[in-house]
Amino acid sequence: MAEVIMPKMGDAMTEGKILSWRKRHGERVEKGEVLAEIETDKVNVEIEAEASGTLHITVPAGQTVPVGHVIAYIDGQPATAEEPAPPAAAEAPPPAPEPTPPPAPEPPRVKASPLARRIASEHGVDLSAVQGTGPGGRIVERDVLAYLERRERVPPAAEADYEDVPLSRMRQAIARVVTQSKGQVPHFYVTAEVDMSRALELREQLQDALGEEGRVTVNDLVLKATALALRRHPDLNSQVLDDRTLRRFRRVHLGVMVATEDGLIAPVLRDADRLPLLQLAKEARRLVEGAHAKRLRQEEYTGATFSVSNLGMYDVVNFVAIISPPQAGILAVGRAQERPVVRAGQVVVRPVLQLTVSADHRVTDGVGAAQFLVEVKRLLENPVRLLL
Amino acid sequence: MAEMTYREALRSTLVEEMDRDPRVLLLGEDIGVYQGTFRVTEGLLERYGPRRVIDTPISELGFIGAAIGMAMLGLRPVVEVMTWNFSLPAADQILQNAAKVRYFSGGQVSVPLVIRGPNGAGVQLSAQHSQSLESFYGHFPGLRVVAPATPADAKGLLRSAIRGDDPVIFLEHAALYGIKGPVPEGEYTVPFGQAAVVRPGRHVTVVAYSRMLHLVLAVAEDLAREGVQCEVVDLRSLRPLDMETVAASVRRTHRAVVVQEQWPLFGAAAEVAAGIYERCFDDLDAPVERVTGEDVPAPYARNLEKLAFPDEDRIQAAIRRVLQ
Repeated sequence: MAEVIMPKMGDAMTEGKILSWRKRHGERVEKGEVLAEIETDKVNVEIEAEASGTLHITVPAGQTVPVGHVIAYIDGQPATAEEPAPPAAAEAPPPAPEPTPPPAPEPPRVKASPLARRIASEHGVDLSAVQGTGPGGRIVERDVLAYLERRERVPPAAEADYEDVPLSRMRQAIARVVTQSKGQVPHFYVTAEVDMSRALELREQLQDALGEEGRVTVNDLVLKATALALRRHPDLNSQVLDDRTLRRFRRVHLGVMVATEDGLIAPVLRDADRLPLLQLAKEARRLVEGAHAKRLRQEEYTGATFSVSNLGMYDVVNFVAIISPPQAGILAVGRAQERPVVRAGQVVVRPVLQLTVSADHRVTDGVGAAQFLVEVKRLLENPVRLLL
Repeated sequence: MAEMTYREALRSTLVEEMDRDPRVLLLGEDIGVYQGTFRVTEGLLERYGPRRVIDTPISELGFIGAAIGMAMLGLRPVVEVMTWNFSLPAADQILQNAAKVRYFSGGQVSVPLVIRGPNGAGVQLSAQHSQSLESFYGHFPGLRVVAPATPADAKGLLRSAIRGDDPVIFLEHAALYGIKGPVPEGEYTVPFGQAAVVRPGRHVTVVAYSRMLHLVLAVAEDLAREGVQCEVVDLRSLRPLDMETVAASVRRTHRAVVVQEQWPLFGAAAEVAAGIYERCFDDLDAPVERVTGEDVPAPYARNLEKLAFPDEDRIQAAIRRVLQ
């Protein structure tokens, strides 16, 4: 029995969609014949049979599955089963890259007979939802068939005052991470206001002088300032190893929180403190685009030592962010707003940005976080240092 | 279709083949003057004379070795062993010569030999004479091993054995010589390596051979009254072993029980169960159950002997377990 799996076409591919099956379920196929057409991020490709025999389709056309997922079997036996059922309404959405992939605990193994597993997989039934009536609670054929019958009988729930929506894989992962973080990491928060006048001037000057090449965003400036400040305050660029040890990182890798349609992901700006500003801006742009296009490789969104989250594009003044363990801090960036401020006894209007750092109290305390934040503020208010 | 006993089916096949082919001859202890311990060769000495029905000394190593030599030189000897337990002194000849001569000679020399006689237990012959040797002989490439359960298969398989060019281990059963059944007339043959679905059913596949088949059929009949439909497969031939027929049945029923008289370890039932797992794992709705003899030397005492081998109750219990 040979497995037909979703192929990995290129490093960035994590999942693929079956556009069409060229062979029918139960049909005899010969080695080398085209079985199906697959849609990937970039191109459509044809999958060929690697063995001769009878085709058993386990994933119908139209479904998206992760790379490596079995989509059919080829064996030498005659098939009798019918076409697999169309995808069920409650189908789990395809998994997407996780923001900080912690090793997910394996779900407890469901006891089910091989036949029950096969039928469940053909009909997209999650076996953990099926009650087993076989010896020792084993799920057997009749249990899956009974479940399928019940599922078909359930009327569409229109009258309910609520709807139950399954969490996407990414939301589940985010839920795990933030729950773990808030439960185990003692957070505290420090906020500062930054006068962004000079930083915005610098931004305009760069663009005037260099055009498109000189394009930097407020966030790029904040990233650069944060990276430089972390170099001087390494307690926040660290990780708690155990009760007795703090690991301070010698390099600064900034996680840049990006909200995609699937959820949060944090691509990593490596050595952000050493990247010249324009290069940093370019790299940040590439990573953000990659995140939206789901084109990031795993090494591009893992290994951050500190994170920056920016909601400036939404009209918010400030917010506090949750640390992504094992990092020790995260900086929340609001929107630069024109505000009246007092300068030399005069009320003047200045663009003001609020920054809030969330820090792990095990690695530093209020003074340490304040010193870090003031360093960021100083850099942004005297931005020529960002160009050094 | 004539109704005859297993014994008569064997005897009439010997007669038909000896009439047809002068190269066919019989050797064995007490097969001539005494007409065979189980009367399979009754009247044959009178009919064919002492050159073709040879009473041998009590020396299996000698007369089986002689038969192998005859077969190598073109005769078609059919050797009777009084029980298969007596083949053990000749195991060296059977395994080291009969099974390997064609291989050693690069295909130049074959051994068209049949060794037949009763195998198995259940007729109070005690530990030394109640053994089932199908796994022992079935282990060796170069041999064919068959175990007919019915008069028709006794006839059909014996004819294939005599006409074939391979050494054949032909396993009869002492408890079966008297059973009656329909036997097709004429040149009826049953090819080796073809199991038979002898009773169709859709709930569970029960695989057996030789004497155990009859217990399984009785259990299937009982269970049918409760609505449980057993599909009964008679292996008939153990080497070659027809796993495709077994697997096709399991793909329909999704559950299987394999029954053998012999000891559990390294037995035919284990081989069949492994074959089922290899071919139709994803079709199984329950683990394959084995029903086997107890792992002890066969007791002589009737009450203990009954406990040592599968009976209808134990087969039925196993079927109920896989149906849970």
